[in-house]
Amino acid sequence: MYEWDFSSLWQYRSLLIGGIGYTLLFTVICVAVGLAMGVVAGLGRLSRHVWISAPLRAYVEVFRCTPVLVQLVWFYYALPVLTGIEMSATMAAALCLSLYGGAFYAEIIRGGVIATDIGQTEAGQALGMTRGQVMRRVVLPQAFKRMVPPLVSQSIMQLKNTSLLSVLAVPDLLYQGQVIAHDTYRPLEVYTFIAVAYFLILLPATLWAKRLEQNHSKGA
Amino acid sequence: MSTSDSAADIAISIRGLRKSFGDLQVLKNISLDVPRGSVVALIGPSGSGKSTLLRCINLLTVPDGGEIRVGEQALQFTGQANCLPGDKVLAGFRARTGMVFQHFNLFPHMTVLQNVMEGPVTVLKKPKAEAEATARRLLAKVGLAERAGMLPDKMSGGQKQRVAIARALAMEPAVMLFDEATSALDPELVAEVLGVIQSLAKEGMTMVLVTHEIAFAREVADQVVFMRDGVVVEAGVPAQVIDHPKQEATRAFLGKIVGSHAAHSCSACGATL
Repeated sequence: MYEWDFSSLWQYRSLLIGGIGYTLLFTVICVAVGLAMGVVAGLGRLSRHVWISAPLRAYVEVFRCTPVLVQLVWFYYALPVLTGIEMSATMAAALCLSLYGGAFYAEIIRGGVIATDIGQTEAGQALGMTRGQVMRRVVLPQAFKRMVPPLVSQSIMQLKNTSLLSVLAVPDLLYQGQVIAHDTYRPLEVYTFIAVAYFLILLPATLWAKRLEQNHSKGA
Repeated sequence: MSTSDSAADIAISIRGLRKSFGDLQVLKNISLDVPRGSVVALIGPSGSGKSTLLRCINLLTVPDGGEIRVGEQALQFTGQANCLPGDKVLAGFRARTGMVFQHFNLFPHMTVLQNVMEGPVTVLKKPKAEAEATARRLLAKVGLAERAGMLPDKMSGGQKQRVAIARALAMEPAVMLFDEATSALDPELVAEVLGVIQSLAKEGMTMVLVTHEIAFAREVADQVVFMRDGVVVEAGVPAQVIDHPKQEATRAFLGKIVGSHAAHSCSACGATL
């Protein structure tokens, strides 16, 4: 029978707290930049001009149809060689995860706009609104409500995805855990602690997302 | 009378209008004049093109060919994609026509008052106080002054449609278009909407109605236009088109309607068919 000993983790507390901090910070950055990308790509894909919508569609499909781990490795190893731009692992990871999240956010935003009743657009147009006014005053305020629950779910996915950063030696929670496991030869305690830490962060977030969804379907 | 005088008396002028959806020709060379202050009712079976014609008047459906003039604004259509009017031109054109939809299409995220204020504030850039005063006056006119703070979801269909009429009127349009405005209503709510339309007619508002309410069309319209398969089969005063149709197709259509509604009277005015 395995004898659990979590006491050895105590001396590494600053590393673990730092790892949690890094994970949360990375999530915030990737969600913020990703949302900005998602708004641009999601609305841009609705453009009537093919030279705007087609490249954005290509971006969305490339990021949705390749594994994020492959993307991370490619951004870190291949992109600097191809572009000649030196990038730290942190920078490459932030860029990659933001673009990855952005692709999914874009589809959520585009879907929310498309799902808005065409009669709403026509009512705005019939009043003499321009396309931009219809979008701003009529469609987006209604679509936004629909978008919030899936956007929150996707952001929770973003937090989980930050665990992949450890592959690039970015000192997130999982990476710090690996370091400690090597140091202490106590991988079971370390990885159990890390799993529990993720769970304690994600459970409330998931419950909150669930509630948003229920509120939305009740309101609809 | 000179031509310029008579042109000024025509609120809507349509010439050679054509529209196809894919291979289906929905409007085949339609020409129609709506004199200022008159009410024109478009009647005909489903798929006759009457709704498409109405939607072409405010360019929610962009025609493939022909010419449309509303007031002083005229647009020609050639069917070529690069000749389509731009967004600003379309918006400016539509601002001069009020449209009332079958399914109301009120903005659900705004109160009744905000719905009616939306056009003047966003499109005409009117000050909020002025737009609100106008909106309250129009809501009173359609009998909904006390409902200004409500959300549309909480209202009956008849109330929603009256709000939609007030919203369209707030733009002070030159013409009002009604696309089967009572078709989605429970029978007992039809009268309150028809009553509002009728009072607008009395005030001299130029209106085009697509309607299945033949008795109402007969009562309120100055001119009835019967359409089938994308062409105007017969047009004239109601007493002629509805009571003494010349064309067999008109007779057949009215016969069916009369057959199914034989004992019905006009829900707004009590006129029997």
